[in-house]
Amino acid sequence: MEVDIRLAAERLRQEEATRGAAQLVTPGDTVTGDGGFMRGHGTYKDGENLVASVAGFVRRINRLISVQPLKARYNGEIGDDCPAVQEGLVTSERLCCFPGEIGDVVIGRVIEVQQKRWKVDTCSRLHSLLMLSSVNLPGGEQRRKTQEDELAMRSYLEEGDLISAEVQNIFSDGSLSLHTRSLKYGKLSQGVMVAVPSNLVLRRKNHFHDLPCGATVILGNNGYIWICATVVGEDGGAGTGGYVQNLERVPLPEREVISRLRNCILALAGSWMMLYDTSILYAFEASSKFQARDLLKPEVMAEVADLTRKRLDLEAAE
Amino acid sequence: MELETGLVTHAAGSARLRLATTDVLVGVKAEVGEPLPERPRAGRLQFSVDCSANASPEFEGRGGEALAGSIASCLTRAYASPSALDLRPLSIVPARQCWILYVDILILECGGNLYDAVSCAVKAALFNARVPELDVSSADSGRVDVELSDDPFKLLRLDVENAPCLVTLLLVDSECIVDPTQEEEACSKASLVTAVTAGGLVTAVTKAGRGSFHPTTVASALEVSSSDRVFLSVVWCRHCN
Repeated sequence: MEVDIRLAAERLRQEEATRGAAQLVTPGDTVTGDGGFMRGHGTYKDGENLVASVAGFVRRINRLISVQPLKARYNGEIGDDCPAVQEGLVTSERLCCFPGEIGDVVIGRVIEVQQKRWKVDTCSRLHSLLMLSSVNLPGGEQRRKTQEDELAMRSYLEEGDLISAEVQNIFSDGSLSLHTRSLKYGKLSQGVMVAVPSNLVLRRKNHFHDLPCGATVILGNNGYIWICATVVGEDGGAGTGGYVQNLERVPLPEREVISRLRNCILALAGSWMMLYDTSILYAFEASSKFQARDLLKPEVMAEVADLTRKRLDLEAAE
Repeated sequence: MELETGLVTHAAGSARLRLATTDVLVGVKAEVGEPLPERPRAGRLQFSVDCSANASPEFEGRGGEALAGSIASCLTRAYASPSALDLRPLSIVPARQCWILYVDILILECGGNLYDAVSCAVKAALFNARVPELDVSSADSGRVDVELSDDPFKLLRLDVENAPCLVTLLLVDSECIVDPTQEEEACSKASLVTAVTAGGLVTAVTKAGRGSFHPTTVASALEVSSSDRVFLSVVWCRHCN
């Protein structure tokens, strides 16, 4: 059994990316003393000076100066990746908040069972809501929900269950309304969930991937990723509506594949690389020379991410 | 596992241990006081644990007190055994004065496997602790004079070779896992914490959690933990010396 003890002074320091001059300010820093600018978000006027009220980057558009915060905590930035990732200067490991857009696939954990809805945690500012009217009943029935269904809510989804769902609507306060009105969504079991910063998950058409190594990966837009063994579907691969839980013991080779995938995803996330099916697959193949448990060491993680990045760059160049 | 010692300059000894996402800071302060009546020729160790509210949302307010109390009592029992840490060098005047080492543990981030991280950090801090040596001279009238030497390099260091380390064995189904993460801890109902010295001696055993253990599981778990901890102590000593 291996025990790895290191000195803190030996910790790998990531190379500082030397990008173009990006002005980083903290709350209270003077952005400019020139009074001719209009003040935008994240700034306020203190006498003659324009002072930043949030920690972030200064964005100058003609005569408008605004400070864009590092952690994207507000809604409405549609299609914009977190500016910190673009600038490549963030080395923090804190998870950014997930604002959410309609049509996003998310993975969430049920926190509470309320009267006609479930409260789901999707790593956003407010808990998301899954209405009783937005779920499919077991077996795929589509009918009006009755009083008995309300009382039997706990038999469908309980506190602590993991579900995959789609964002149906965004309420005025920013909380998300989810639905599982498709057979591919529903309760998740027999797998591993990995949490990564939400802005690393690339927005794509398909978020459910069956990887050739024998595992299925669901990339939730909110940063929660689900890995499980590919279930060979009898009915042409369509889901069962997600309430049938197979609680048999998962065999060892599949477990190894799943744990290796988890470590690869964490390695990519640790180097701030975008996550999509190709990058995860390349990372998995690059990691095959290491043992699954060695992938938790910082230098191995950096190497796997590096190899993946080189292979992706090579492909992009072709 | 990342270990740093000697961070806190005004403490006699300190250590900071990072075990994946768990972050623990330990400081040792030495003060002169009275020894225990049942051990007049030995010093004293006093543990206090503070679960910072930054570590986990459930430690807000007084939420961390129960966990802090249980870690402190586990450490006290682990070090209570005479074969664990020899406290006799800490005695100044037998039955009258001795060094009391106040070990303060601050949990900065809670990412699972707290007991192990805390015990390793405590061992490192005690290793790093430097207590000033005192010259004891007895005057004629039976009075004892204690003098602090002028030489700043005349220090007392503890032999922590046999200081026990805590090993947490998490019970999942019928198997035991070592070094659990926070997610793994959430999957189990009970865990067994054993304090083992480098020589393989078990000085304290605690059960945490609501579940129950089968007697055979307990016996095999104790064997696993003693062999595991011997290995860790050997590796640790090699790194620190």
